[in-house]
Parts: sequence; C-alpha cells; structure tokens
Amino acid sequence: MIKKILIYLGIFVGFFPIFDHPARAASTPSIRDDTPTAINLPIPQRPHERSYLGLSGTGHFNISQIKAPVVIVEVFSMYCPHCQKNAPEVNKLYRIIEDNPYVKDKIKLIGIGAGNSSYEVEVFRKKYDIPFPLFADKDYSVHKALGEVRTPYFMGIKNNKDGTYRVFYSKVGGVEKADEFLEMMLKLSGL
Amino acid sequence: MSGKKETRIILVIAFTLFSFISTAYGLSGVYKENIYQVGDLKPRDSVPKLKVGDPVPDFTLPAVSGGKVSLSSYRGKKHVVISFVPAAWTPICSDQWPGYNIIKDIFDRNDAVLIGITVDNIPTLYAWTIQMGELWFPVLSDFWPHGEVADRYGVLRSDGVAERALFITDKKGVIRYIDVHDINKRPDLEVLIQELEKINHAYPR
Repeated sequence: MIKKILIYLGIFVGFFPIFDHPARAASTPSIRDDTPTAINLPIPQRPHERSYLGLSGTGHFNISQIKAPVVIVEVFSMYCPHCQKNAPEVNKLYRIIEDNPYVKDKIKLIGIGAGNSSYEVEVFRKKYDIPFPLFADKDYSVHKALGEVRTPYFMGIKNNKDGTYRVFYSKVGGVEKADEFLEMMLKLSGL
Repeated sequence: MSGKKETRIILVIAFTLFSFISTAYGLSGVYKENIYQVGDLKPRDSVPKLKVGDPVPDFTLPAVSGGKVSLSSYRGKKHVVISFVPAAWTPICSDQWPGYNIIKDIFDRNDAVLIGITVDNIPTLYAWTIQMGELWFPVLSDFWPHGEVADRYGVLRSDGVAERALFITDKKGVIRYIDVHDINKRPDLEVLIQELEKINHAYPR
C-alpha cells in the first residue's frame, strides 16, 4: 500500500513542472552562487563613484570585488514604468543607508540598466537624480546572466571576510518602503 | 486497506501539494502577466512609400484622451516625431513609449512634440497606456479604416499591424528622418535624439 502511494506521489510530483508557471520562477529567481563574479562591469569614471565602491584604476570589476560586506544590485530599465515610479524610493534607500553611521560603509547600492545604452542610463540618472552608480547593459549580457529577470529586480550579496560570498536576496519587484527594505536586507544578510 | 481509503489518502496528499503550488503561484500574481509574447518576427514586412524630403501626409485620428488630433495642427509651430508601434500588449511596444515619457524636456528643448500611433482601437489603447502612467504626448488610434494612416506612410505590415517606425517631420511639414526599425528591437534613443537635434539646429530661425 505504502509503495503504491509512493508511486502515485512520484507520478504527481513528476507533473510539478507542468503546473509551475515561468512567472513564479521569475519573481524569485534562483541565482547561482557564482553569478556575482560572472557580472563584469566597467570601473566607473566618476571619482566619487569609484571611491563609493572602493575601486581604483580602469578596466572592469565584478560585484564581489566591491569593498563592502553587503552589495545591493538593482536591475532596472529607463523604459520600465515600475522602475521610473520606484526610483524616488530607491534613492531614499540610498540616503537612509548613507545617513546611518552603522551601515554607511557596510552596504553599497548599484543599478544595472538592462538593455539600456549608456545614453539611456544617463537619461534615467538625470531624470531621477540618482546618487548611486548606474551601469549600462546594452546587450543584455548581465540581464541574461541573471536569468532574464523582469524589472525592477533586486539582488543582495553578502561578501564574507574569508573571500567567499553568498546571494541572500533575489527578487523581482521594487522597494515599497525604503526603511523596511533596509531592515530586511540587514536581517537577511546577518549584518 | 480498502481501495477507497487508499484513494482518499492520495487525494488528501495531492490536495495538500496543490495548495502549496497555488500559494506560490499566487505570489507571482503581483507581477502582471498581461504581455503577449509574439516571438521573433520578420524584421520588416512592408514596402516604403515615403522618403526623406517628401511632404508629410496629413492625418486626423482619434486620441485616447478624447477628441481628434491632426498632424497639420503643428504646422509652423513644432517639429513632430511620429512613433508607430506594432500593437498594444506586446513586449517591446510596452516599454518604448514609457521611455519617451520621461524625456519631455528633450523634446521641449528641440521645439518638438511626439505623437504615438498604433492600429489598435481606443478601448484597447486606453487599457494598455494607462499602465504606463500619465503620458505627456497624444496616443492616436489608426484602427478604422484599419491601418489607413500606417498604409499611407508605408508601414502597414501584411498581418495588419504597423511597423516599429519613427518619422521626424519639421515645422514646414517636410519629412527629415525615417527609421523603419527591426520590429523585434527597440530603436536606440540616442540616435533618435541626435537626429532631432540635427533637424532643430538646421532649421532656420
């Protein structure tokens, strides 16, 4: 009898992917642990952005090289109405991090413009007066590495002292309330 | 154990598993699933009828916001960027105009306005564009006679939707720029703005 149940159960569980909807996977995309090192971005030209991220020189860097225990990455698009609407709240998130002496140097925020040229990223930056570093991803290569997530999307990465890191947050959707979002980041990262 | 009881146990387990799935599925419902995936289409499927230097054909079409808009009403006042997009509720079209929606200042600086046109009817356009937030430019419906304006501009595809096309006409009503773009790709904003700036700078004051 138990064997029979297990067989039925096996058949049922086997059908799971059919019922699973791609949107479900897209809303909380599972990110491979090596994703942060696979995302290569140009070292910013603006000196204050370089110093914010603790980077120097020219060339490229990957997210795990940012000198901070926690990095929050937003994937946005200047063409995405939700990202536009959410931009002021994401700016607020940056400000409350910077205004809090406890977390100021521990959490860094960057944005990656999926399918956006540098020109389009600049348009977005100017329109919403975005204070944190933004990067263009014109050919969608970063977007593809992240599993073609919908925008806005947020990823949280914890850089450990021993050089390892872990993705502690990966979710489609904006920042509803900056203070609550920060609190969640602190909790999930264990900072 | 009777067969009946066995079936009942299986049903209970199945139900439990199903409720788990529907909860997870429900979470994703926060993100609207309204965009229809069209797949990869033939990049261009129409025969050009206009070229740079031609007088722009006039049109009068109903606007989503009510009333009608005539292209000729901008004559002598503004350069006009006309943006045809293929159809409401499709992937690239659904973000192209929201992008233009945050650059009114660039249009203003270049003494230009934007007009958006699709071959969809007004109720469809209303439901679709309301998702984009408040648009500063008119969205016009070329639904009936179906695609008549798109056809006159040489951008009506064989399946009845418009190309993803951009026309810039100057204040005199002369076509200065045409980009009948690959329907599968979003036109680069920088190219459009550079062309608009060029046209505005060259225009006699």
